[in-house]
Amino acid sequence: MNRALWIALSAAFAIGLWQAIVSLTGVPHFILPAPLAVLNTLIESRELIAEHALVTMTEVVLGLIAGSALGFATALHLMSSPTARRLLMPVMVFSQSVPVFALAPVLTLWLGYGIWSKIVMTILIIYFPVTSNFLDGLQRTEPGYLDLARSMQARPREVMWRIRVPAALPAFGSGLKLAAVYAPIGAVIGEWVGASNGLGYLMLLANGRMKIDLMFAALFVLAVFTIAIHSLVSLLAAWLARRATGAAAS
Amino acid sequence: MIRITGSFSYQGQRLFEGIDFALEPRAWTCLLGPSGVGKSTLLRLLAGLETHGEFHGHIETGDGELLEGRVAYMAQQDLLMPWLDVTGNVTLGAKLRGETPDLDRTMTMIAAVGLEPHRHKYPRELSGGMRQRVALARTLMEDKPFVFLDEPFSALDARTRAEMQELAFGLLDARTVLLVTHDPAEAARLGHRIAILDETGLRETPAGPSRPLRAADARATLELQSRLLQDLRKAHAA
Repeated sequence: MNRALWIALSAAFAIGLWQAIVSLTGVPHFILPAPLAVLNTLIESRELIAEHALVTMTEVVLGLIAGSALGFATALHLMSSPTARRLLMPVMVFSQSVPVFALAPVLTLWLGYGIWSKIVMTILIIYFPVTSNFLDGLQRTEPGYLDLARSMQARPREVMWRIRVPAALPAFGSGLKLAAVYAPIGAVIGEWVGASNGLGYLMLLANGRMKIDLMFAALFVLAVFTIAIHSLVSLLAAWLARRATGAAAS
Repeated sequence: MIRITGSFSYQGQRLFEGIDFALEPRAWTCLLGPSGVGKSTLLRLLAGLETHGEFHGHIETGDGELLEGRVAYMAQQDLLMPWLDVTGNVTLGAKLRGETPDLDRTMTMIAAVGLEPHRHKYPRELSGGMRQRVALARTLMEDKPFVFLDEPFSALDARTRAEMQELAFGLLDARTVLLVTHDPAEAARLGHRIAILDETGLRETPAGPSRPLRAADARATLELQSRLLQDLRKAHAA
């Protein structure tokens, strides 16, 4: 059987299990709504959900792009300056012991209820994995390449851009894949703490009004979006990896 | 002429000491020996590459100028950049120095190693022998008076190796070449001078009256090869 069929089967199994729990336990619909009720709400409230989903997607995509660019630039800078590496690496590692979620209220205070506090939250959450993956790749350049470059009297700048960076692109891709999973978490946390828009906000609102089916519908859309963006970024990462082995161009 | 004298230790262990080794100008000097005695280290010291050890001694050149920038280096691994095609790899040196590569010369070098039809292919599409020919073209592109070869043919099959030896010898004629090898047959074919480095130190084996490139199956070559092998084993048995 092919892969798509297995995925469909697996989904059918999960939905079946969900329906069975609802029917057998008689759990009230404001605790766990039946799959069909969620589907109904999804269709009925599609405009409301789409409006909020668009906000969350914008936050995630902008956060991903800005966070990845910042991570790329930071890793490059840390690689080319040993002083910066010694000075900043301990700070960066230490900063990882501060739960980023705890910063969400501060960000809302500083940047307001709009889209920016969520984008910054997303950037904060993905910045470290992107930076550390890419830096790791930059530091693992095949030593033979560096011997060769040295015998050719290469300029450090050219060694960076013509050898280290191309060789580290697959590692950058791994960082991006992690970032794609983390980014929606950052945006939704930001929305939970203080927002007037977005899927996270909609979920809290629905929860407060006991519209659990709407909450599940929003959650479902968020999950589908996360899978979609992860697949997209995985394609990009695979292309970067192929490029580094010379397979993308031929 | 280049001459290196001195001692080298790695992590407190003496790898070689009191060594005195010279390269003859415009000739192939082979440095033959078993693995792990410091042949590559000697080459890396001369080439100015990182050795992670301590060297006490001198490197002298005939003209008194520094070696830096006058050495082309070729290793056992082809060290081709997988993301660059053949042309891109051959022009790597110029690009790494921030210069504009001479494309006519590039084409001549690619043709000289017989890879003209493959010049737009990527390393992964080439056989081991072809990849090492790209590496040779890249070394030639550097156009340096000194060429240091660190077992460049040892990963190739016997037929490809013989072809590569002939190609390299022809193309690197009139340069001062240091070839590090563990293969007596290779040293016997290619060396104007042959030095053996092992645990007991460095010594020279006379290469006899014949001149390289020696035919692999010529009697003189085979005799020299067996003399080298005996020489290699003698010290080990003693």
